[in-house]
Amino acid sequence: MSKNISINVHHITRVEGHGNIVVNVKNGTIEQCQWQVPEAPRFFEAMVRGRRFDDIQTIVSRICGICSISHSFAAIKAVEDALGLEITEQADKLRLLLHYSEIMQSHTLHVGYLVSPDLFGEKSVVPLVSKAPEIVKKIIKVHRVANQWSELLAGRITHPITVIPGGFSMIPSEQQLKDLKKQLEEIVPDLAAVCEAVLSVADKFPAFERETEYISLKQDNPPLYALFHGDITSTDCNGDGPVPVREWERVANEYVTPQSTAKWTRWHRDAFAIGALARFNNNAELLSPLAKKVADMFGLKKGNCNPFMNSVAQLAECAFVVENAIQTIDALLSKGLKQEKVKVSPRAGRGSGCVEAPRGILFHTYEFNKNGECVAANICIPTNQNHANIQKDFEKFVPEFMHLGEDGLRHGMEMLVRAYDPCISCSTHMLNVTFVK
Amino acid sequence: MSKPRVAIFDFACCEGCQLQIVNLEEEILDLINLVDVVEWREAMSEQSHDYDIAIIEGSITRPEDEKRVLLIRSRAKILIALGACAATGGVNKLKNNFDMKEVRQCVYGKDADLPHLDTYPTKAVDEIVEVDYKIHGCPIENSEFARVIRALLLGKRPMVPDYPVCVECKAKENVCRWEYGETCLGPIIRAGCGARCPTAGFRCFGCRGYVDNPNVEAAREVMAKYNLTEEDLKTRMVLFGSKQGPTL
Repeated sequence: MSKNISINVHHITRVEGHGNIVVNVKNGTIEQCQWQVPEAPRFFEAMVRGRRFDDIQTIVSRICGICSISHSFAAIKAVEDALGLEITEQADKLRLLLHYSEIMQSHTLHVGYLVSPDLFGEKSVVPLVSKAPEIVKKIIKVHRVANQWSELLAGRITHPITVIPGGFSMIPSEQQLKDLKKQLEEIVPDLAAVCEAVLSVADKFPAFERETEYISLKQDNPPLYALFHGDITSTDCNGDGPVPVREWERVANEYVTPQSTAKWTRWHRDAFAIGALARFNNNAELLSPLAKKVADMFGLKKGNCNPFMNSVAQLAECAFVVENAIQTIDALLSKGLKQEKVKVSPRAGRGSGCVEAPRGILFHTYEFNKNGECVAANICIPTNQNHANIQKDFEKFVPEFMHLGEDGLRHGMEMLVRAYDPCISCSTHMLNVTFVK
Repeated sequence: MSKPRVAIFDFACCEGCQLQIVNLEEEILDLINLVDVVEWREAMSEQSHDYDIAIIEGSITRPEDEKRVLLIRSRAKILIALGACAATGGVNKLKNNFDMKEVRQCVYGKDADLPHLDTYPTKAVDEIVEVDYKIHGCPIENSEFARVIRALLLGKRPMVPDYPVCVECKAKENVCRWEYGETCLGPIIRAGCGARCPTAGFRCFGCRGYVDNPNVEAAREVMAKYNLTEEDLKTRMVLFGSKQGPTL
């Protein structure tokens, strides 16, 4: 085993955004082990000042191309909170349905295109096209259906058009919802085949565990696996009541660190994790039957502390959103769809909004003057909340997996970062691995 | 003839335009057969300094990124600016309406002066180097992306529409957004999106940038008809049109 290791991954690949990994081991002693985020900051919280309440979602959806729907919803919920707007049950159900589509497209992209090359020993999904054409075609199909699902409800796959404060600018027809339901029923076998394929290479997920605090939404009334509504909970809460969304700043506790242009966060410990595994660890009993079956296939149980299992939790969530979307469509159709007029007047106020973005809990807060112009904003991005936890994982992972040598360790650390499904341009920008010699 | 070598790079942006390339789904398998993708950080681990076509996504906001763009330009035969951030500066240029020091303080508070949080006013790629082609939109229309790449492979110059969004909107028989009392930028914004937003019941907010010669007089007349002022228009134009240069 080499006693000196130097890893310097500048701008890690197959993640959204820019991040670096730097490891320096001399004579078996770790001198440096860092997760760095050098992404160019974009200053959205400053840029939205002066803009009207009904332009906010159009601007902030541009924080992230992969979770633009989540950003739009967090912003719109905050605007509605500030302006004291209630939306109809129909609008709420259509929003939930749209939100599920983003969970589906993002998880499929992550597991199918970004993570699976590691499991199959390739550098990208491109060589997999000839190596495993059938499964790649199924991944593409599931991804395409998820995107069509978003487009139907949002008017576009990325950066939704139709979602506005107070409701929707346009809704689908009943026939379109019926067609969507049929498509969702049809992709269940494809999704199952993708799960089987990942299971066949699941031994490539490193056996690594670190006791971690997991934070997510929790929805009690009615009880539902929380992706869209609810209050904030944590595996460290020990029975303390959930925290209301308006008080999210006392959960996230953002701070600036020299190794990152993205802010870091901490709550009960020096770091916490969010995302699919966090949601699973807080809410697994509320998953749908098919989703539970997926978790069982992989032996994923509540309390799991292996960050690599985040991808498995994402697969379970894919099954959940498909099953729950079908039920949601049935509920919408049973009442019939109505065109609803949205009329909103500005007023002064402050409001907060929260959703579970595919990669974890997302908070937005805005303050408006009496003309409905934004005077202050605070946005806390999922990937930011995982940065400190990735650093803590690194500090345990490097000594445990040093025996793999430089290449093996580098690959393992890249996989670890990818497991968090980071969205670095969201959080500003993120990853590079540097092994310094 | 060997396949053209293509590299994709990203700067300050949401990376949603790259995602639209992935969203070509099955069609991307055909495109990949026609070119040799040698670097695409978001999708693959390989990297290369040897390429014919460079595609740049995102705006430039830091000196070190400007250096990287110069290097990419020196290596590429053809440079494409992908999406609003690269082509016009896009939503990132909202920042240019503020003082940079104040912007840093607003977001990072007492830590604002840390060197790694440095930023300068947002630039589109063509404010630094020559750009051969622009693919507009936030996000891009991936059908337009595929059309541009196909034209380049055939040695043709891709066509970029130089008429306003209203042309496409009328063809879709949409009711004008101005009739709903909204300030829609359709009359002055470059078409090519199929009037996607007005068709989904929402005003055009100008993500594709201005047409070459916007018909300002006609826009004034329309505004007068609907009792709207230039100020109303400006508050909407600022979203994607802050300090924007020519769009072609």
